[in-house]
Amino acid sequence: MTANNDEQAILTVNNIEVVYNHVVLVLKGLSLAVPKGSIVALLGSNGAGKSTTLKAISGLLPLEDGEITDGWLEFEGQRLGDELPHKLVRRGIFQVMEGRRVFEDLTVEENLTCGAYTRRDRSGVKADLDKCFNYFPILKDRLGKLAGYLSGGEQQMLAISRALLARPTLMMLDEPSLGLAPLLVEEIFAIIQEINQKEGTSILLVEQNAQMALGVSSYGYIMESGRVVLDGPVERLLADQDVQEFYLGLGSGGARKSYREVKHYKRRKRWLS
Amino acid sequence: MDILAQLIVSGIAVGGVYALIALGFVVIYKATSIINFATGEFMMIGAYFFYTFLVMVGMPPIPSFLMVMLCSAMLGLFIERAILRHMLGQPTISIVMVTIGLSSILMGLAEMIWSTDFKNFPPLFPRAPIILGDIIIRSNLFWGFIVAMLAVAAFALLFKYAKVGVAMRATAGDQMAAFSMGINVRTMFTVAWSLGAIAAALGGVIIGNIGGIQPTLGNIGLKIFPVVILGGLDSIAGAVVGGFIVGLVENIAGGYLDPYVGGGVKDLAPFVVLVLILLIKPYGLFGKEDIERL
Repeated sequence: MTANNDEQAILTVNNIEVVYNHVVLVLKGLSLAVPKGSIVALLGSNGAGKSTTLKAISGLLPLEDGEITDGWLEFEGQRLGDELPHKLVRRGIFQVMEGRRVFEDLTVEENLTCGAYTRRDRSGVKADLDKCFNYFPILKDRLGKLAGYLSGGEQQMLAISRALLARPTLMMLDEPSLGLAPLLVEEIFAIIQEINQKEGTSILLVEQNAQMALGVSSYGYIMESGRVVLDGPVERLLADQDVQEFYLGLGSGGARKSYREVKHYKRRKRWLS
Repeated sequence: MDILAQLIVSGIAVGGVYALIALGFVVIYKATSIINFATGEFMMIGAYFFYTFLVMVGMPPIPSFLMVMLCSAMLGLFIERAILRHMLGQPTISIVMVTIGLSSILMGLAEMIWSTDFKNFPPLFPRAPIILGDIIIRSNLFWGFIVAMLAVAAFALLFKYAKVGVAMRATAGDQMAAFSMGINVRTMFTVAWSLGAIAAALGGVIIGNIGGIQPTLGNIGLKIFPVVILGGLDSIAGAVVGGFIVGLVENIAGGYLDPYVGGGVKDLAPFVVLVLILLIKPYGLFGKEDIERL
């Protein structure tokens, strides 16, 4: 099930189980790997446990009363213990949380300062800031504005810029397309791809927009209720009939869906999970 | 007219000191959402620290002042690490009770260490009152106001421009997101308690210098509640404005009404205004009504 190239993987998640509030079992033995320098997509429907997976990796889980009860994580060849999230950021893991989570009462500039919080090299930060403005020129005009007053797209740009400024080796993005206009989504994904290519940042991408995510990734995992049910190189996933049907919204042969097919979808889905 | 001008000026001067103490409260509330009922006692202990270094140890005023800052920072740090950190996630009422208990403990400790005797600082500033036109201000009040304003300005600059200040505001806004930026939120809590204790202690030194000190000095701390509620619990600018309003209200009301009712208006007026303002604006004048977006 897991990708087998452990040697070049920057991150491996091995059979983890996550429990919330001591009772709710959310991840039931999940494994995945992110090869160094690649983009990996983690897909699945609402409540499949995608965000939980990211929080388990970034260490934010305990803040929501979640805990990893089984399995382990390996980052750059080293096992992760129960480090607090701020330490993991220093090690190179940065999560762009779902819903952007910009600091609304802070200006754009101050938000960017927070992104670079762990950095000590001022000149490097300055260079990276220029990179951000290169990717998202609009942020430069908004520097003094309160982040709470930015549009959703601008907030997402700000959230990604904060991540860039932390200069992570592994960037995890949780639903960057959430609530954005389709055109903007395309722009954001193009930039995610560019960041991956230019900065060499490995990226783990959680999405509901499967089409977009598979378009930029090289490998994909599909989750259903706390488990990976399908994984493989993107080409294979795209060719897979189930994926086409369930995630890309194409009926067999690209025809319109009939009610029978919807029923079939539900049955198949139940079977898959 | 002269009387009014006089009352306004001394009201502003006292208000500046209230602003500083209220700032100490707001810093802690904003970062940690804890209502610190021991703010007044932080103030009182700060005044005793100053007395200790200045009179008992015999250090010059400015080093004593710096020592007060250092010691109260340590006090705030200790209290946060030893007690309040373990209260994270507990019900608000428990945490409030802890801070109330803390205030009694600090008061008791002060009685044990420094006795209940009334104490005065030796004069720090020239005795001659400051005369501005027709208005006369007691020199201790005048200089106290200047020191308070400098301290408030220093805090404002810290929060606006220093990296740690920005990180503290980020923490106040969204703890989880702050964590995800690599900010150690727990450290920010400690820093907030230290800064809060420093602000209150400086206010205590100023008030002690005006009126002398004793372990009940912390009762003045109750006055910061009208101040912070006026200004909104989580607004630093509000604390400053609220401080001035309370200073003005109590001086003007006291000055005009005391002769008719035989005193006491000064202590009562701020709370009357407090109730009135809360009736109209339940979140305070500057408090956040939790901006909803999306």
